Amino acid sequence: MSDHVGTLPAATAHQFDDAVQQRDASGLGMWVFLVTEILFFGGLFTIYTVYRSLYPEAFGHASGTLDITLGAVNTAVLIGSSLTMALAVHTAQVSRNRRLVALFLCATIVLGGVFLGIKGVEYAQKFHEHHVPGPSFHYSGADAQHAELFFCLYFLMTGLHALHMVIGVGLLSVLAVMALRGRFGPSYYTPVELTGLYWHFVDIVWIFLFPLLYLVERHS
Amino acid sequence: MTEHAAPHAHVVPLAVYFGVFIALLVFTGATTAIAFVDLGRFNVAVALTIAVVKASLVLLYFMHLRYTSRLTLVFVGIAFFWLGTMIGLTMSDIVSRGWFGA
Repeated sequence: MSDHVGTLPAATAHQFDDAVQQRDASGLGMWVFLVTEILFFGGLFTIYTVYRSLYPEAFGHASGTLDITLGAVNTAVLIGSSLTMALAVHTAQVSRNRRLVALFLCATIVLGGVFLGIKGVEYAQKFHEHHVPGPSFHYSGADAQHAELFFCLYFLMTGLHALHMVIGVGLLSVLAVMALRGRFGPSYYTPVELTGLYWHFVDIVWIFLFPLLYLVERHS
Repeated sequence: MTEHAAPHAHVVPLAVYFGVFIALLVFTGATTAIAFVDLGRFNVAVALTIAVVKASLVLLYFMHLRYTSRLTLVFVGIAFFWLGTMIGLTMSDIVSRGWFGA
């Protein structure tokens, strides 16, 4: 593709029949990656299911120490970021408005940053309360040993999720610069679309983490 | 640089995106509120059902699965098949422990 340096890489590579097949192949490749991601997080969800079924009381009590307001607000923030991400893809699909694409990408970055900031506040609270597993772990409730197991899973799952968010913010930053340079438009928006798939996947992981970590035995 | 005709990607109407966004917010509020109501063992079932509905909305509309190729659907289906296998077979072990002795 060296003959296309500095221009839109809209041309169809020779191994594809047409641009539609080329775009579908890129999408399928991204989905293959997301399949591995589903099973990657799935391992942690399996561990969670096993230990919650073995120690339901300890998990219920430990879940009650999490800040449900911050958790719910963060869920809404992440859903908002998925909307702005979808709007960025939509704008690139239907127009050559480079500023609007970049604006929606930046909005997604900002909302992702808000999510990570709130997560940081929650982590700081947990460190302050000595609820972080390790030598300084201290827990006043019943069955501290298995509550520590819950907090292990809490930090593993939210930490891995947050790492994915940080990577996503990095990808979106590159895309925002590319968008401002006019790289995307109706004929070529594959990077925006695929990064969107990744971002929505991270949103879905949180959609499950929120009830599983924050909403256990809240009624008692 | 000549502008090529757009490969016929399905353009989802903006109203659908905003509708899904509102629905996701409503479901988030609902699952948070219902968590404080004692439904016994059904609390988990309701929370997970709402999460599955929310995830389905994101998959179908934000991730365009409703408009994608059948081949992509096969790949996504396989992911959830193996996820179910992993959790299902693991839990069949955990749940059935001690069934011999009793």
